[in-house]
Amino acid sequence: MTPTLKSFLKRDEKGEPYLGGSKCTACGHLYVGERSVCANCTARGQIEPHRLAETGKIFVYTIVHRSFPGVATPFIDVIVDLDDGAHIKGTLLGVEPYPEQIPYDLPVRVVFNERAPVNMPDTPHLTYAFEPLVPA
Amino acid sequence: MSDVYIVGIDMIKFGRFPEQTVPGIAAEAALMALDDCGLSIKDIQALYCGNVGQAAAMSGQRMLAEIGQTGIPVTNVSNACASGATAFRDAWVAVKAGLYDIVLAVGVEQMGKGLLGGQGDGPSAEGLIGSNTMPAMFSHIGIEHARKYGTTFDQFARVSVKNHWHSTFNPKSMYRRETPLQEVMAAEMIAWPNTKLMCSVNVDGSAAAVLVSERRMKQLGLQSRAVKVRASEMSSNPFAERQMAMPDFSGATRVAAKTAYETAGLGPNELDLVELHDCFATAEIVHYENLGLCGDGEAGRLISDGETQLGGRIPVNVSGGLLSKGHPLGATGIANLYEISTHLRGEAGQRQVEGARIGLTHVVGGGPSMGTACSIHVLEKA
Repeated sequence: MTPTLKSFLKRDEKGEPYLGGSKCTACGHLYVGERSVCANCTARGQIEPHRLAETGKIFVYTIVHRSFPGVATPFIDVIVDLDDGAHIKGTLLGVEPYPEQIPYDLPVRVVFNERAPVNMPDTPHLTYAFEPLVPA
Repeated sequence: MSDVYIVGIDMIKFGRFPEQTVPGIAAEAALMALDDCGLSIKDIQALYCGNVGQAAAMSGQRMLAEIGQTGIPVTNVSNACASGATAFRDAWVAVKAGLYDIVLAVGVEQMGKGLLGGQGDGPSAEGLIGSNTMPAMFSHIGIEHARKYGTTFDQFARVSVKNHWHSTFNPKSMYRRETPLQEVMAAEMIAWPNTKLMCSVNVDGSAAAVLVSERRMKQLGLQSRAVKVRASEMSSNPFAERQMAMPDFSGATRVAAKTAYETAGLGPNELDLVELHDCFATAEIVHYENLGLCGDGEAGRLISDGETQLGGRIPVNVSGGLLSKGHPLGATGIANLYEISTHLRGEAGQRQVEGARIGLTHVVGGGPSMGTACSIHVLEKA
């Protein structure tokens, strides 16, 4: 099976990819990925697994023109507030890389795909990106 | 507990010295700081050395091998871009606690060119899941400010215009060239809204300070050029809602600023100048508010009105800042202390802030998934 780019990228029993998170049942904070202690309220042993939302809104963005060697630019790097309250970084696809094309709070959805990391060009990995909920 | 004073402090001119070594670059500043107060390495009771690139390689001991091995305790400190300030603070703590009367703090870095930021081990997510470059991280922080308060590209760019202008008066700055607004805005875009001229310069450098107790300062007759440390504070990042997606430097800065003003018993209105962590132009804007130099949402107006330029209400980064003077990670924190001390001593030449009596230094260190170290010092003319 295709390896995952990040440990929080999971597959369910049907093989469908999803973003794995965890929820603190004491304070309600949602985390991307697994953990056992809450960094917010310090509760221990009260974290349960949570399948993260796959829609959200853009909080902030940047347009990356200079990246590490071999990485194609420009690309849009967004911080997304997921609809369940979690926060996650990702690349925004399907939008022209100009500031006026990227409104704050633009509704987006998660799309899963397979891409080769720049340092492993022959090994596609399961990863995710964002695209506008309503295509431009 | 004794008050602690800086009696000797200096930095080398920042630049690129690939033919030199980390301990060699550190030794230069250490000897300059000792000469600044007429003391010898034999007078030093402990050494604190801040460095990032060779953090695991005993930079402090290797430096002593170049200038004199007297058997003193050496603590090597690594705290990202706050490493130098952390070394200085550990030195301050030791004197404050009464363990030693004379200690040396050194910050040093030898850097390559190019982008900073973690690729880490394993498959790179760069480009696929956003970016792990430092410019992207600090651009998000600037865009967050723009989202909240309407801060403009023009206002961010003016930070760079100001700091590059300041650096023309500083002989120890890496670059000393004015960059007009149009040039800053038209420079190569690195990560919107930071152009290349709005990113700090990777350089090699070192800075060092000799800290003494009040009693020993008087015994040595070093009052005339002594600088009193009114506050030495550190913090880490308190929990922030979006911290896993975008590193937060504001929370830590606000924590340390609050305690620094309380300890010093003064407020931001009593500061005569500030050296703050302008690793990117966007960062300087948010730190105006984090340090209380203006109210929340007023930073854009502060830069547009020229309040933070030399001659303005509260000059910021008169040295040229990290943007033009350069940012040798481990040295930056002590270089900022050198700049403030030089003004308080009335020795800053063309860039002197007239009548400067109290100044503040601020650095933050951190990166994607790392957390934050913040250090703030308040200095006063003794």
